[in-house]
Amino acid sequence: MKLLTHNMLSSHVRGVRQGFPLGLKATEVKVNTVDFNQEFVARMIPKLEWTALVEAADNLGHLSDLPRELVADYESNEDFLRKVHHVLLEVEVIEGTLKCPESGREFPITKGIPNMLLNEDES
Amino acid sequence: MAKRPEQRGPPELFYNEDEARKYTQNSRMIEIQSQMSERAVELLCLPEDQACYLLDVGCGSGLSGDYISEQGHHWVGIDISPAMLDVAVDREVEGDVLLGDMGQGIPFRPGTFDGCISISALQWLCNADKKTHSPPRRLYCFFSSLYSVLSRGSRAVLQLYPENSEQLELITAQAMKAGFTGGMVVDYPNSTKAKKFFLCLFAGTSGVLPKGLGPECSERQDASHATFTNQRSRFRNAKGKSVKKSKDWILEKKERRRRQGKEVRADTKFSGRKRRPHF
Repeated sequence: MKLLTHNMLSSHVRGVRQGFPLGLKATEVKVNTVDFNQEFVARMIPKLEWTALVEAADNLGHLSDLPRELVADYESNEDFLRKVHHVLLEVEVIEGTLKCPESGREFPITKGIPNMLLNEDES
Repeated sequence: MAKRPEQRGPPELFYNEDEARKYTQNSRMIEIQSQMSERAVELLCLPEDQACYLLDVGCGSGLSGDYISEQGHHWVGIDISPAMLDVAVDREVEGDVLLGDMGQGIPFRPGTFDGCISISALQWLCNADKKTHSPPRRLYCFFSSLYSVLSRGSRAVLQLYPENSEQLELITAQAMKAGFTGGMVVDYPNSTKAKKFFLCLFAGTSGVLPKGLGPECSERQDASHATFTNQRSRFRNAKGKSVKKSKDWILEKKERRRRQGKEVRADTKFSGRKRRPHF
């Protein structure tokens, strides 16, 4: 699972109002290479929850010098966008868990696939 | 055995290792899947020269995702069958996949995606595989969560194999209830095999529904041939009312007056007949 997906995911357990951000714990992390598309990364940044992304990247040990605060003129800053691209699309969690911040429900990640299936009483 | 896969069992059991293997080895299946994804992405009307972030519901082994990646977009897939997702991971698809049930809602933050496609998945929601399942509720849960995860002004194109017209009606009714506008696009409506149903939904805006594909000759045929109906057509004017003094007009008038509680003669085989001169 890429960190971009983690940043967009939200818990959908019944009764949970703020299912975001999911707590990320990883036991296995892999780094792939993905083609860099500057315009796509720049377009995704407004959609991201920046603090959650920095926290998750720090958690995995792949912070890659991301600043705590979002840079103001990120659209033209290619160096910065390359870093964001690396964290968003190239770092992948293979094994680990996602934890719902409100209900504490844990979703396991196996072989890079998060299991978001709910039990009967949770949906 | 039941002909349709949905009738054989729940999707997480139907799409086992054997079935999943078909989606990587059977070239005919692969071709049909990629053709349908091509058409679905075309119907999405994405902005040109812009990489988009798309959702693939019922992504399976990622055949539809491959086409999306080819077009330069990024995607996230969701599927209920672990066997199919394993195949997707083995094939090293470019998008992210996650295990989830579309009937339980799409677990993403609001406004995440620029569009959504789904190939041959929606009809599975019409089945109640467990005692607790209610198809209308699961459909509504799916559509309402889909509406929220799509950004405003984006579209969802869902290809499906409906079993009958009631199923289609149920699906579209739940989609409209969730706030979507749009409707059905039918490709090749005159062919039994090539006929494909695409549910085109607009989130937030109302667009113009694209036209379904079909052989060009079919339209010309319609123009030159008379259309046949079972119903016997009587004379009607432009507004759809019967011509005055005709049999239909008399019967309608009698019915109207009967409803007003007036005394009206019963309808017989002689009502509204012409009184021709007899020798």
